Amino acid sequence: MSSVKVDPAGPETDPYDARTRETTEGTVYTVTGGDWDSVLGEGVDDEHIVVNMGPQHPSTHGVLRLVMELDGETVTSARTVIGYLHTGIEKNLEYRNWVQGVTFVTRMDYLSPIFNETGYSLAVEKLLGIEAPPRAQVIRVLCMELNRISSHLVAFATGGLELGALTAMTNAFRERELVLDVLEMITGLRMNHAYVRPGGVAQDLPPGAVEKIRDLIEVLPGKFKGIDDLLTGNQIWQDRTKNIAHLDVQGCLALGVTGPVLRSAGLAWDLRKTDPYCGYEDYDFEVATSNDADCWGRFLVRKQELYESLKIIEQALDKLQPGPVMVADTKIAWPAQLALGSDGLGQSLDHVKKIMGTSMEALIHHFKLVTEGFRVPAGQVYTAVESPRGELGFHAVSDGGTRPYRVHVRDPSFTNLQATAAMCEGGMLSDAIAAVASIDPVMGGVDR
Amino acid sequence: MSVTPQGPPASRPQPDGQNDTSASGSLSNTQDRASAVAAAVREGGSQVGGSDMFGAARGGDTSGFGGLVRTQPAALSSPRPYGSWFDEGVDALQEAYPGFADDITRVVVDRGELTLHVRPERVADLCQHLRDSPDHRYELLLGVSGVDFPAQDERFHVVYHLLSMTYRRRLRLETACSERHPHVSTVTGVYPTADFHERETWDMFGVQFDGHPALTRILMPDDWDGHPQRKDYPLGGVPVEYKGAQIPPPDERRSYA
Repeated sequence: MSSVKVDPAGPETDPYDARTRETTEGTVYTVTGGDWDSVLGEGVDDEHIVVNMGPQHPSTHGVLRLVMELDGETVTSARTVIGYLHTGIEKNLEYRNWVQGVTFVTRMDYLSPIFNETGYSLAVEKLLGIEAPPRAQVIRVLCMELNRISSHLVAFATGGLELGALTAMTNAFRERELVLDVLEMITGLRMNHAYVRPGGVAQDLPPGAVEKIRDLIEVLPGKFKGIDDLLTGNQIWQDRTKNIAHLDVQGCLALGVTGPVLRSAGLAWDLRKTDPYCGYEDYDFEVATSNDADCWGRFLVRKQELYESLKIIEQALDKLQPGPVMVADTKIAWPAQLALGSDGLGQSLDHVKKIMGTSMEALIHHFKLVTEGFRVPAGQVYTAVESPRGELGFHAVSDGGTRPYRVHVRDPSFTNLQATAAMCEGGMLSDAIAAVASIDPVMGGVDR
Repeated sequence: MSVTPQGPPASRPQPDGQNDTSASGSLSNTQDRASAVAAAVREGGSQVGGSDMFGAARGGDTSGFGGLVRTQPAALSSPRPYGSWFDEGVDALQEAYPGFADDITRVVVDRGELTLHVRPERVADLCQHLRDSPDHRYELLLGVSGVDFPAQDERFHVVYHLLSMTYRRRLRLETACSERHPHVSTVTGVYPTADFHERETWDMFGVQFDGHPALTRILMPDDWDGHPQRKDYPLGGVPVEYKGAQIPPPDERRSYA
């Protein structure tokens, strides 16, 4: 079929010249560096060149591989190749109990862990027919909106980096740490929190958390303005994003695109408004939209959502009333509250004293709930939350056992990534980078 | 209601029937007796008396849960009225969709969600109608995924989640195909977004979507053998040592269910 043939004018004269081989598809050039002259010198400039970008490439937004067919600098076909971060999370869930599932789903879309946890917990709660207590709902909303801010900041950071705005990257990552500090205080971890659990949240807000969040939302608008100043009025940023990667509402719906990309096309579709969960119907906020339907519009939508999230956080803090953060049903809620001991966060010593010293039934109950888990009535449900990237859906199937029978995650990045071809084809190669950045896919969620 | 006995009762040897006072008393043959045990547990009655009071003879699990029989979801249509907008939606479909009686095998309403079970070769036609009909307007297909029920003849269930933005309604379509003939009609012609989702379902379950433009693997490598989300595909893993004890891999650990 093909045999490697050394270019006659090749290594003998210039070791860096492209190597060629003949295939049934025509001549294939293997270009390794600054040897384009030898390719173009052979009169192939009117032919298509296939460029493979990634999976290890600083501009493909993660381990995403783009296979692009070029005519000059114009992209004539763009294909995405995924699966490089497939970790089998859905399969693994079937071998753990329902509560343990939280620690897996939080690692899917690693930039929005709280959303993964909440979506999954809502699915389990719907199967069980329970609802988390009001304080837990407010804490979930609080954490989700903090998480939305940190996720959008990464969208600006990596998007800026990929288009050459390096300062936007350093600044946005710096401000993101402020948000992650607060999430760390609440949950114990910067990422992969496993904080939201079926039935509520793992533990109540620690002392001082409310004050710390209030301090944070004081300083964040100033920080947002810093990024705003760097990008919004920047002529290069505008040139790189305006009228780039256009996708209208019709295209979005056909391709199943949701989230900021859909809202940038003018459709105010936000599950927090249209299909509220966790009490979002009680919060006063606007759904950010734009009519640009391009990278610029998506940037504006995300920017506006930062401020709307601040509004929601402020209202959530005012709504916080004392109360339980886990359902009262002791067949579902874990019996022990975590407590800070000399060796870190762990089992509350009071609880250990009780189950070891005074109540054998409590010990048995604790043991069975932790090792075996609770049973979930048979059936299937679908729940969805509005993650920073769009509709994050969980299809959970139970056969009545202590482990999920099947959990499928409808990840927004996975679906939105299909719009790459529609956004890139016909545009310039450099704009393909802007297009992928504006979708803001997270490969951990795409591949799961 | 189809009940699938899982777990030990039907297969494990039973102890000698001394002091046997339950309904199984008159049965002599071990197999009949075992099925009677299963029936007693199914009916929510207490365990058979005698030495097997705690189910110890039926496996190493003495938790008392070992003998419980897990049930599959009902294989029947839900009775009318369904409640919510479901009656209206199903009525509109019954009137306007010509193949309603033949194509839709079951209508299930559970936990506030409507599921239509449809024959695998008719999925695309039904989707076309649901998308274009002014009574339904399911503009968005959210995803396609599979569920594997190895005990059933039509083991691969393929599930579609539709969303109507106009009416703010969600609908689930479910279809099933057998391992011998794992074919479902593609919906990529109606919803281009199904492209990746159907490829994923092919990759994970081995369900073939007839008419899909390029049904190739998407998450697993192109040369992978097998379809990982099938229930008979092992999870894999190695035992690990923790504080001197060997912890078996997750799929070999004790399952309580």
